[in-house]
Amino acid sequence: MSIEIDHVNKHFRDFVAVDNVSLTFRDGELTALLGPSGSGKTTLLRIIAGLEQPDTGRIRFHGEDTTDLHVSERGVGFVFQHYALFKHMTVFQNVAYGLTVRPRKTRPSKDEIKQKVMRLLELVQLDWTAHRYPHQLSGGQRQRIALARALAVEPKVLLLDEPFGALDAKVRAELRRWLRRLHDDIHVTSVFVTHDQEEALEVSDRVVVMNKGRVEQDGSPEDVYDHPANPFVYQFLGNVNLFHARVHDGIARIGDIQLPAPEFQGYKNEQGQAYVRPHEIEVFAGREHADALHAKIELVSVVGPTVRLELRTDNSEELIHAELTKHRFRALGLAQGGDAWIRPTYSRVFLPDERVSNG
Amino acid sequence: MTTPSTVIDTNDTIAKRWRRATEEPAWIRITLITIALTFLTLFLVLPLTVVLYGAFERGIGVWYAAVSDPDALSAIRLTLLIVAIVVPLNTLFGVAAAWSIAKFEFRGKSILISLIDMPFAISPVVVGLIFVILFGSQGWLGPWLSAHDMRIIFAVPGIIIVIAFGTLPFIARELIPLMQQQGKEEEEASLTLGANGWKTFWYVTLPNIKWGLIYGIILCNARAMGEFGAVAVVSGRIRGETNTMPLHIEVLYNEYMFTAAFAVSSLLTGLALVTIAIKSAVEWNEERRQRIAAA
Repeated sequence: MSIEIDHVNKHFRDFVAVDNVSLTFRDGELTALLGPSGSGKTTLLRIIAGLEQPDTGRIRFHGEDTTDLHVSERGVGFVFQHYALFKHMTVFQNVAYGLTVRPRKTRPSKDEIKQKVMRLLELVQLDWTAHRYPHQLSGGQRQRIALARALAVEPKVLLLDEPFGALDAKVRAELRRWLRRLHDDIHVTSVFVTHDQEEALEVSDRVVVMNKGRVEQDGSPEDVYDHPANPFVYQFLGNVNLFHARVHDGIARIGDIQLPAPEFQGYKNEQGQAYVRPHEIEVFAGREHADALHAKIELVSVVGPTVRLELRTDNSEELIHAELTKHRFRALGLAQGGDAWIRPTYSRVFLPDERVSNG
Repeated sequence: MTTPSTVIDTNDTIAKRWRRATEEPAWIRITLITIALTFLTLFLVLPLTVVLYGAFERGIGVWYAAVSDPDALSAIRLTLLIVAIVVPLNTLFGVAAAWSIAKFEFRGKSILISLIDMPFAISPVVVGLIFVILFGSQGWLGPWLSAHDMRIIFAVPGIIIVIAFGTLPFIARELIPLMQQQGKEEEEASLTLGANGWKTFWYVTLPNIKWGLIYGIILCNARAMGEFGAVAVVSGRIRGETNTMPLHIEVLYNEYMFTAAFAVSSLLTGLALVTIAIKSAVEWNEERRQRIAAA
């Protein structure tokens, strides 16, 4: 079932939560709505579910207008950040809820409900918890029960609001891989909201980056990461260093370093910002390249197999972040407080009016 | 053999030290407990004992005669009638008010919250006077009421109105913070699962607010039975007609019938104790059910 969002607007008093958004989620796709807090991603998800009403604009499921349909009739499965399990009901009663509250005409028999609930509990690998209460389960288990409960009503679309946001890092990583596999099995059109770029890139078929109520970029995870459409997306997806750059005839200059910027062929002496990822900065212990920038190493932090450096160049106030393998760091013999020479190997330049180039 | 015992010893010391680190010194504990117990004895246990002693001082026969007196029976009947009307009414209002305040955003919400507290702030005597001015024969609506042959002041409707007014905040006050703290996620989950508003209320909201609601009902009930000041103003104290139990007790007391006054008091106190006992029983039963389910 595809979801079509057609020029949707929503504001709360003076705050514009969703600003004229149009999007289409294709049938069977798992899409991540990615953005910082306050970017309108959760509001958009709640509008799709019918938990919020848009000020203007329409929502269509598979071409059918559902904007004015009550939540309970939309057939959406909704998973909340804090699980929202019914505290006073057992796990079994929670999962069965959507079936037991149906009007008698469409309600399955007790045996059918029991079979279905146990099948779903097996699917989320928690059939042994059927008679427990939610407070007796861990966060990860609760969220899996919440997912089973949402799936019990056979929703046309599955909407997840920061589903792993309240879990610790390890459980989170496990659960998102598990969600990916589950989605590959059941293929229900799914949209999940997250502010964690790693999660979005790892789990989804497609990433929609949002900021200030607007869609900044919409594409495959690879596309969004490798070819950010604008400075916001660049900065939001991972760490990035900014350098002042001068663009001239297809060449971007950072100090004496020249990087190709073929899209700026014909531009004369334009000032822009070069965006360089930490792993795209080469670090040397000596002045091996004439154009490398001299810098002081202010901080060394070892994070597992990689080493992160904070450096300060002679003519910049801002810190430069560089990342290299522990192996290379040892080979170079660098130390905190020592000298180093750095050189960007790849950059992407944005001119103030957002004309773009790869270098 | 020696190693395990050493381990146990160490654990013991750690446990002792830890306990000391998080607890107050003994003298503070003993002082606080003594203060609490002294107050409870002085202001709760002692008066209760006095009531019971006074009631049964001259034997069960005298007690029974006092509570089976026609005027006393009428007062008991009236009090129970008032409770039967006022408590459901305020339960309905309390749930509706708490629901709208906790779950919806609307203009005038803060005004509604402060209005709910009003009956607590106004003296009961003033409450009684307000309704006398409104409905009394000299009051604003008095002529219209007497023209239509309706009596509110110095009659049962007036008593019900002032008691409903006085006990209005109890249930709402109990539920508002509870429902605000619980938020609306569970209700939203229920709606997305296809339940309509009524089923969501019945299966999700009500079980979640159950204890607050029961507690509010008990408080409301106790106050409805015991309300004195406002009732004294509007009832007219017609014996056998508009005397509630507290008013009847005062009449007896003023007529120097101390034993009878204490007898009816003991009955009123007993009714309050019964509601608390019911609450405890329900609570205990619920806990046991949860324990069995968890095991």
